[in-house]
Amino acid sequence: MIAPPPSGPVPWDKHFAQELLFDMLRIRRMEEKCAELYGAQKIRGFLHLYIGEEACAVGALHALTPEDAIVATYREHGHALVRGVPMNAIMAEMFGKSAGCSRGRGGSMHLFDAAARFYGGNAIVGGGLPLAAGLALADRMQGRQRVTACVFGEGAMAEGAFHESMNLAALWRLPVLFCCENNLYAMGTALGRSESQTDLCAKAGSYGVPAQKADGMDVVAVHEAMKAAAHQVREGLGPFFLELQTYRFRAHSMFDPELYRDKAEVEQWKRRGPIHTFSARLKAEGKLTEGEFLALDARANAQVQAAVEFAEAAAWEPVEDLLRDVVAPT
Amino acid sequence: MKTSYREAIRQAMREALAADARVFLMGEDVGRYGGTYACSKGLLDEFGPERIRDTPLSELGFVGAGIGAALGGMRPIVEVMTVNFSLLALDPIVNTAAALRHMSGGQFPVPLVVRMATGAGRQLAAQHSHSLENWYAHVPGIRVLAPATVSDARGMLAPALADPDPVVIFEHAQLYNQEGELPEDWRCDICRAAVRREGGDISLITYGGSLPKTLEAAEWLAAEGIAAEVVDLRVLRPLDTATIAATVGRTHRAVIVDEGWRSGSLAAEVMARILENCFFDLDAPVARVCSEEVPIPYAKHLEEAALPQVPKIVAAARGVLGK
Ligand SMILES: Cc1ncc(C[n+]2csc(CCOP(=O)(O)OP(=O)(O)O)c2C)c(N)n1
Repeated sequence: MIAPPPSGPVPWDKHFAQELLFDMLRIRRMEEKCAELYGAQKIRGFLHLYIGEEACAVGALHALTPEDAIVATYREHGHALVRGVPMNAIMAEMFGKSAGCSRGRGGSMHLFDAAARFYGGNAIVGGGLPLAAGLALADRMQGRQRVTACVFGEGAMAEGAFHESMNLAALWRLPVLFCCENNLYAMGTALGRSESQTDLCAKAGSYGVPAQKADGMDVVAVHEAMKAAAHQVREGLGPFFLELQTYRFRAHSMFDPELYRDKAEVEQWKRRGPIHTFSARLKAEGKLTEGEFLALDARANAQVQAAVEFAEAAAWEPVEDLLRDVVAPT
Repeated sequence: MKTSYREAIRQAMREALAADARVFLMGEDVGRYGGTYACSKGLLDEFGPERIRDTPLSELGFVGAGIGAALGGMRPIVEVMTVNFSLLALDPIVNTAAALRHMSGGQFPVPLVVRMATGAGRQLAAQHSHSLENWYAHVPGIRVLAPATVSDARGMLAPALADPDPVVIFEHAQLYNQEGELPEDWRCDICRAAVRREGGDISLITYGGSLPKTLEAAEWLAAEGIAAEVVDLRVLRPLDTATIAATVGRTHRAVIVDEGWRSGSLAAEVMARILENCFFDLDAPVARVCSEEVPIPYAKHLEEAALPQVPKIVAAARGVLGK
């Protein structure tokens, strides 16, 4: 059973609410453009779109501070953008240009930004979890009150890395916020076909880690849950597990024929789409007019357009530099 | 009959599943999704979910379970999406599958087949582009195969399943779409390398995804009047030293082409075998074309520069010939 669209009051002022809406629009418009550019072969390799899941990154990352760290997956365009990685640098990365946020070495799956404490961009499912535990361990050992947020899909919960990292984090009471974006499918494998225990909070809870779920299509619910969780982690109460229940509207990657789910299910979830439902709520509360929405959307589109132009114009890394950044320069 | 490499693999699996009730396929998205590279498309409908078994993302778990199932009398084909993710299952493959027969004093052989995609060339960057065939070829107790032609894609699985010991099969991701003539007799001797082109001037020795590039390089060389012999190792462990020695004995010169990184590569092992066996046959130092020692970068021009390419192979051959 798919829940009704998110509704209810938005406990934020107009300014903050529109800021989050704008971020969701920026992700959506950027990725729609990415899909187009993929068709035009400007972007290559694997491209995993986040379309439909925007409320997760936007709600969650706005609950963190600049000192906190983010560890993400190959479906990380949205997280990078919300975290403040410039759209120009993201787009240039996808074009493979040296102005990209990973110098064109990483592409879509490997966005990094040290200044934003954005630790990427990991394309090994579950690969980010132990890394997050280690970042948190370093904070703990150096007496810093920071949160490391680790974003991953529910598919990762079948990997040993999940279990080992949860255990370590719980055992050592590390300040990690495990943020599972449960979009119900790991490639073509539905949750019920990959997990003996489909209640992910029960699973995480078995490590003695407090666990909670939130509607990942509702930016308000995500943000409130994440804020409370981050507070607890920052206060030194140990790790926290947050399950964001969401859905990807597009294929797993650009190669996926989507044989494993029916169109009707996708359409039903689209009715719960994070952008139009949130906009409608804001309008109903007088926190957004249609004119304001169109202006935000136009601004998002203009940013995307500028990013594409930037990426197009950016230089290629000289081939002579192929071997740079393998180890420290001597 | 024209067939694709992918289709050849599917036919081989279908035949094995139909022929032996102990054979089953398991791996991530082999069923409902149809296989990451579509090799198992349609098999779920034909053989059902018991035998075309979708696994969770648990490489260590399901590869290890494959070993157990083999011990228990089944004949599993375990598909790991790519060699990159197989690193999560290195432990069961190396510490259990490869060692068990010996460690148990011969009591517990492991008749397991593990298939995985390998290789770069599609701008998938550092975590999806490894060629680590040499890691597996280093380990005693397993056989390592690398089909590079449609015929070998069709013919290697049956003898691999018949092998009483574990077999790891590497399918280069760039080959799946390759179309080729499937000969009437596609049976494959999984002990022997294959000479893919004869020539008396120089031996180009390669395997897997580098074979098409090496054959093209041989064409270029032919246009310059150089007759290159192309050897497809296809069995990476145990290496067919006799075929390597025979070709070098004929041509007295060799270039090894290997998508693995140079240091500690299979190319290095082949060179060592040549030195051990053919030192006095050689007219020139042996050369090799390997990947540059860099995690494979995303950008197209950098990725291309990192990998063995036809012009590099041609240049290396010319160098060995002093031209
Ligand atoms: C260790 C490993 N195994 C397999 C893959 C191939 N793969 C990439 S994404 C993916 C699905 C992951 O699903 P999930 O964790 O739920 O995240 P989602 O893609 O839904 O965001 C798979 C199987 C991989 N990248 N790494």
